Order: sequence, then C-alpha cells, then structure tokens
Amino acid sequence: MAKLSRRDVLRSAALTGGAVLCSRVAFAAAGDTDARFVLALLRGGLDGLSAVPPYADPDYARLRRQIAIAAPGRDGGALDLDGRFGLHPSLAFLHEAYADGELAVLHAVATPYRERSHFDAQDVLESGFPAPHADRTGWLNRALAALPRSAQLANAQRRGVALGQNVPLVLRGPAEVVSWSPSRLPPLDSDTVARISDLYAGDELLSRRLADALALKSQVPASMDGGGAPGRRAELLETVTAAARFLRDDDGPSVAVFDTTGWDTHANEGGARGPLAARLEALDTALRELKRGLGPAWERTVVLVATEFGRTAEANGSRGTDHGTAGAAFLLGGAVAGGRVIADWPGLAPSALYEGRDLAPTLDLRSVLKGVLGEHLGVPERALETDVFPESRAAPLLHGLVRT
Amino acid sequence: MSLQPLYPMKPGRGPGWERAMEDRIAAAIAANRYGLGARPGELDRIGTDPRGWLREQIEGPPPLLRGADLPSSAQILSAAFGPADDAPPAERFAAALQEYRRVYSAEVAARFASAVATDRPFVERLTHFWTNHFAVSVDKLAVVGVAGALEREAIRPHVLGRFVDMLLAVERHPAMLLYLDNYLSVGPGSPVATYLAARRKARPPGLNENLAREILELHTLGVDGPYGQDDVIRLAEVLTGWSIGGTGRMPRVVLERLGADLGEPGAFRFRPALHEPGAKEVLGKRYPDSGEAQGEAVLRDLAAHPSTARFVATKLARHFIADEPADAAVARIERAFVESDGDLPSVYAALIDAAEAWREPLAKFKTPNDYVISTYRGLEIPTTGRPREIAAFETLGQKTYAPGSPAGWPDLSSSWDGASALLARIEWAAALGARIGSRRRAATLAPQLLGGTLSATTLRAIELAATAEQALTLLLAAPEFMRR
Repeated sequence: MAKLSRRDVLRSAALTGGAVLCSRVAFAAAGDTDARFVLALLRGGLDGLSAVPPYADPDYARLRRQIAIAAPGRDGGALDLDGRFGLHPSLAFLHEAYADGELAVLHAVATPYRERSHFDAQDVLESGFPAPHADRTGWLNRALAALPRSAQLANAQRRGVALGQNVPLVLRGPAEVVSWSPSRLPPLDSDTVARISDLYAGDELLSRRLADALALKSQVPASMDGGGAPGRRAELLETVTAAARFLRDDDGPSVAVFDTTGWDTHANEGGARGPLAARLEALDTALRELKRGLGPAWERTVVLVATEFGRTAEANGSRGTDHGTAGAAFLLGGAVAGGRVIADWPGLAPSALYEGRDLAPTLDLRSVLKGVLGEHLGVPERALETDVFPESRAAPLLHGLVRT
Repeated sequence: MSLQPLYPMKPGRGPGWERAMEDRIAAAIAANRYGLGARPGELDRIGTDPRGWLREQIEGPPPLLRGADLPSSAQILSAAFGPADDAPPAERFAAALQEYRRVYSAEVAARFASAVATDRPFVERLTHFWTNHFAVSVDKLAVVGVAGALEREAIRPHVLGRFVDMLLAVERHPAMLLYLDNYLSVGPGSPVATYLAARRKARPPGLNENLAREILELHTLGVDGPYGQDDVIRLAEVLTGWSIGGTGRMPRVVLERLGADLGEPGAFRFRPALHEPGAKEVLGKRYPDSGEAQGEAVLRDLAAHPSTARFVATKLARHFIADEPADAAVARIERAFVESDGDLPSVYAALIDAAEAWREPLAKFKTPNDYVISTYRGLEIPTTGRPREIAAFETLGQKTYAPGSPAGWPDLSSSWDGASALLARIEWAAALGARIGSRRRAATLAPQLLGGTLSATTLRAIELAATAEQALTLLLAAPEFMRR
C-alpha cells in the first residue's frame, strides 16, 4: 500500500491533471445555453473521511476506530481510486463514473467558513460570501443573472429550477427561477385547472406562476404525484428524476438545485454498513438515476455534490463524528474532466489537523465553483470575481475541471 | 391587482353607495390583513368601525395559552438537563427527542386551534409576528420541545406590554439560549476558563458570539444598525453566564468547576463562573461589571436605541401595510415607538391609524400559515389537532416553528408566491373542497369572507362552478383569497 503524503498527492494532481489544470484559460462560450449544471447540497455536514476514506494515510484507522473504512480488498473495504484514496463501498455508481473519467473527487475542500454552526456554514456555502448573513441572495442565482442577456431568458422557461417548494438561498436573487416539488396531494382535475386559469386571467403574477407550475408538472409523469409521503430514499429518486426531465429538455432550465438532509452523524454513524452507508447508497442510486434520466444531455452536464463542512477526524465517544472543517466534494457528469482525485492532502497527523481536531482545508470550494461556472456555464470571469463571489481573491478560479 | 366594484350588484346606486363600498373594503382589510381571515359574520360585526374593532382587541390582558399538555420549558428540558442516569448519551437523547416531538405536536395544535377560534385575531397575528421576529427553528433538535414554550412564556405575556420586557424575556428563555448556543458560552477570563487553562485542556470551550450577533442584527438594531464586530464580541462577553440550570451538555470539565450548585434543570440560570469579568464597552457606552445585571443593562439600552425603533417599525409596516411600505408610514410607527418608550399597544395604535394600510386592499400575499388559518376560520372547520391537520403547514411550505434560521420566515411576496408553492396551495384547497365542499355554500361564503374585496369575476366563477366542491376550491384559489 502506498504511503500517502501531502506532496505526493500534490504532485499526482500536477502530473495527471496538470496539463488540463494549467493550460486551459479560455472560458466556455459566454452563456452556453446547452450546458447543464446540477447542485446537490448535503445538509448536515457530510463525513468526507468516510465517503472518501484516505485509507493509506497512516493515522486514518487509528482515528476512526470502529467506523474506519477498511482498505480495498478487505471485507467491507473501500473502492479504490488511486492507491491512496477510496470511495465508500456504498458508492458503486460513483466508482464506475470514476473509471469512466466522469468523476473528479475533491478532498480537503472547504468553504471560507471556519466555525462550526450548521446555519452559518450553510449560509456561507449558499450565499458565496466569505462570512455568514452577508446577503440574502445566492451565488448560483447571481451567476445566472450575470450571464449575457441573450442567454438568460432565451427560453420560455426560467434558467434555474429548485427541486423543492421553497427556493433555497443559493438560488435566490435577481434572476427569475422556478420551483418544483412532487405533490403529496391529489392532482387537480383538468376542468378545475381550466377554471382557475380563467380566474387568474386578470392577475399577471398568479397566471404566470400557475402556467409555470403546470408546464413543469406536464414534464413529470403523473405517477410521481398523488402518493402519500414516501420515504427519504424514494423522495430523493423522485427529485432527481424530475431534475433530469427538466434539464434534458432543450428549452428547459440549465441549472437545477436539490438538497438532502440527514448527514449530521453525531452518533452511531456506522462504517461500511450502517446509517451513513445507507444514505450514501441512496445518494449513489439517485445519481445513477440522474445520469440515466438525462440521457444524451449527460454529456453536457456537471453535477456538484457539496456540503457545508466536514466532520472531526477522530471518531467521538458515541461512534459518530462532530462538526469539523474540510471534507470531500464530488464533480460528476459527462462534461467533467474526471478520473482523478484533486487534493493537496494535509494528512491526518495530530500536528496537521486544523485546531487539533479537523481535516485541514487546502482547497477553497469557491475555486471549484468559479471553475465550473466560468468554464462550463460561461459566466464571465469579471462577474465571478465581483458579484458572484465577493471578496474571493484568496480563491482563484481552478481551471480544467470540465472537458474542452 | 385592480378591484372591480361589486356592491351593490344591481344598478341604481343610492347616494350612500360609495361610502358603503369603502366600508366593505375596510372591514375586509381589518379582518384579513390585520386579523387572520374573516369568520362568517365577522365582517358584519366589524361594520363601519374597523379601526375600533382592532383597537378593542389590544385592550386588556393578553390572551395566554394554557393546557395540561403544554408543560413549562423547565419541565420539558428537565430530563435533558437533569442529573445523568446510566443510559448512554445517544439513548438518552433519543428518549428526550421523542418527548420533545410529542410536546411540539401539542404546541402546534394549541397554537392553531387558538388562531382559528380567537375573537382577537389581531393580537394572535401580532403574536405570530413577534415569534417570527425572535425566531428559533426546530430543525435544531435541541429546541423541538421548547419552541412553542418560547411563544407561550416569553412572547404572549408581553405582546400587549413593552418591547423591552419581551426582549428580556426572550433572551433569557432557555429556547433562545439553546438555539443560539449561549448557555455554553464561556468568557475567556472567566473562572471556568482560568480553571481549564490551568489544566491545559487542548480545546477549552470559549466565547460563543451567536446570540450576541443575532440580538444586534435581528432582534434590536437591525443589520444596518450602528454596530461592529467589536460590539458583537463585547456583547457576547456581557452575556456569558446567561445559561440553563442543570447539567445539560456541559463538558464534564466545566461541570467540575461549576461545583454542586447547578440550579433548576432546564430553567434560566446565571452562572458567574462562566461570566467574563470586568467592565465592557458596547456601542460606545461603558458598562461596569455587575454580573447578570450587566446584560440586562445593555439590553435595556438596545431596546431604547433609535435604530431599534426604526427596525421594528419597518418590520411591522412591512407585515401589515406592504412589502415596500411608504417611508412616511414607517416614520409614524417609529415615532410612536420612541415617544411611548416601546409601549407596544401605542405602536399598534399607530399601525391601525396608518392611512396607507387602508388605501390599498390585498397588498400582501398570504404566507402558508395565513392561508391555512384563514381557510379554517372562513369555512369554520373545527380543529382536531390530528397529525394530518398540522401537516398542512409543512405541505404548503411553512412548518410551524421551523423557519430554518434565526432570521425567521421572510415577509415578502416573492418568498411565498413560487410556482410550486401556488400549485400546492390550490391542490390542498381542492382536496379540502372535495372533503367538505358539499356542506358549504361558496357563493354565500364569498362575500362574508372577502367583503368589498370580492371581485365580480370570482363571484361569477363560483356561481358557475360545476359542483359545490369545485365552487369551494375556486373560492379558496381566488386571487383575493391568496392575498390579504
């Protein structure tokens, strides 16, 4: 087993991905209307050291005790990535995507937030500002608003869709977006719909909203509506199925956001099996379904899976982990320049841990976001450095994350 | 939206026609904007004196909520903050959470029942307003059991009192101290910190700025108020020691230093051992160290600060007048706040007198909370407190006591009028219409609920509906029922 050091990985990134990382400066055609972007927010703080175990790090097994993921080849062992990092054994689809060059794994990544409050961390993750509660709009909406006008509302539909009833902070702002969530209620009969549409004829706002809602609804099969409350797993599948239907439509939105909760694993987190394993498996299945649903549009898609913070390096006394700092994120999709782990690995030695307890951040998530927004969606660089990510000079755009 | 006059529906208007029309509109504004939606007969009772109807409601003692199934916050937290038993922490927490959820359901049911049945809907709406101003959110599991208690114990008793008293009650309430983590905040120079430093603890618990920041930003001065990061830190130091009695999740080393006198489990407790000693300067004023009283002194000054008057007046005007209220209206409410030293009924009187509020009907888009309550009131549906009934708030996107952040729910149309949210509302109305529509006459109800804001278009659609169920759905889906 290769021993993992910080310099090694740095070199590995420079060699394997370096040509891509450094050479490509050109941005995507400004406001590329074909490009698709999906943001999956894992709320609660994903344990990056379980999702992407650095099994070759000499301190990993000691710190993680019962919840450590074993090295590849062992019972319940990790799915190997590069001889140093593996994927949690529940992430079979992501592992296939890695082999196909469609997954880039980011590790030791964090937002600029350095405290440990969920609220504030999510606020920073979504607002794109360096400190919490700095603004009431989100970076993804401001990015959409910064696209050239021709691209913004080229389509009858909005450019962004939130899979949920309320639009999350990341997608709130000046650009018009739409929300969709599977209905738990019986569908309306067509006669009532027609009468309400008539009733709204003199009301510009309500008639527009109703038309938007009905248009989106017509794109998802009726079987997805009208059921009782499904389990979390079924709900996630519904959500990604809908996202795929919206995005694969040429005239559909180009950006979708969904979130999942339940990643706050303070106690009895489990290792290769257990509660976190089940959640990861549900996520993996959902992402597989997203690829299937997108069909040919997958080639033009980048999916970012991100969370507000990582968790403590050491397992706690309740066989779980507490709020930490850096963690893992995933870039997935046909448009991703994948098949690599992007990590300037700080190591898990006691002296290397942030504040003596957390995986230290060595990559600013905003660098990744800038790279995707700029080179994939075609958001002008000037906007990225000002409106979209204010005060972000510390996080230069990371080039080459998407295929040319 | 434009209003099409409906009354009287026949030609041949008498000389008093315009006046009668204005009265019908004003009554609808009083019942639906200031209140929680008209119950049948309410508009008639309001008659020609909508302002008088509102003024009457803010006289006398505030309506409190009591019930055997509504324990005090100290009772609810007593298990979690009481002496540790032998059960592992995870099991202890799971048991506590189960009890919290039971209490939460009872709290939401009681609040809903009160809102639907009340004859003082203006006061009930104000209660909801202040609860949202001083928001806690049950997605933080520690407050699931006490979010309702915060409203019952700290908001309701003061909703017709003075702002400063409500502020003091809220900031001392265990729900707030838990939600914004102040109960564990340790002054860097406090006896506990000194004790821990002497034992070389690697990560001693430290100052927590959460509560101090939100007091300044969200509870008093507002985000544009004249404070800086230094004031946040100083106020956080001032508030160290504002804690909760018992053991709770105190680290063992902290408990060692606190000694035997832990106080009543689950109740507010000032802990001198956590308090940062010394005088502190907040907003340019020096406060000598006086333990617990230091915090009270700062809060009293914050309550009396001109920025607080401005901030509270703006939020009230936005809630009762329009998303973007006229400056003049805000200024008059602000003046009432300043001149009365934050006497809330005086502030509400200015709100009732705001001419701007009566000029434009239907200026506000209902929140899901408003929508569900006004439906139950308007259709006189008896509340049962069953889970399915309570679930309506979550289904429509506004789970009670769960705004998700200390900033509370937004108070702008754009936050609630999303496509999916609108459709969910209509589908919910249709399901309700299918269930009870055959026992209601929508055409009779429409003028009783909407008064002078009922449009001819809506009334015609209701009259032409294919079934009684559909007629009720159309009433609940009507633009003038979506707004207030």
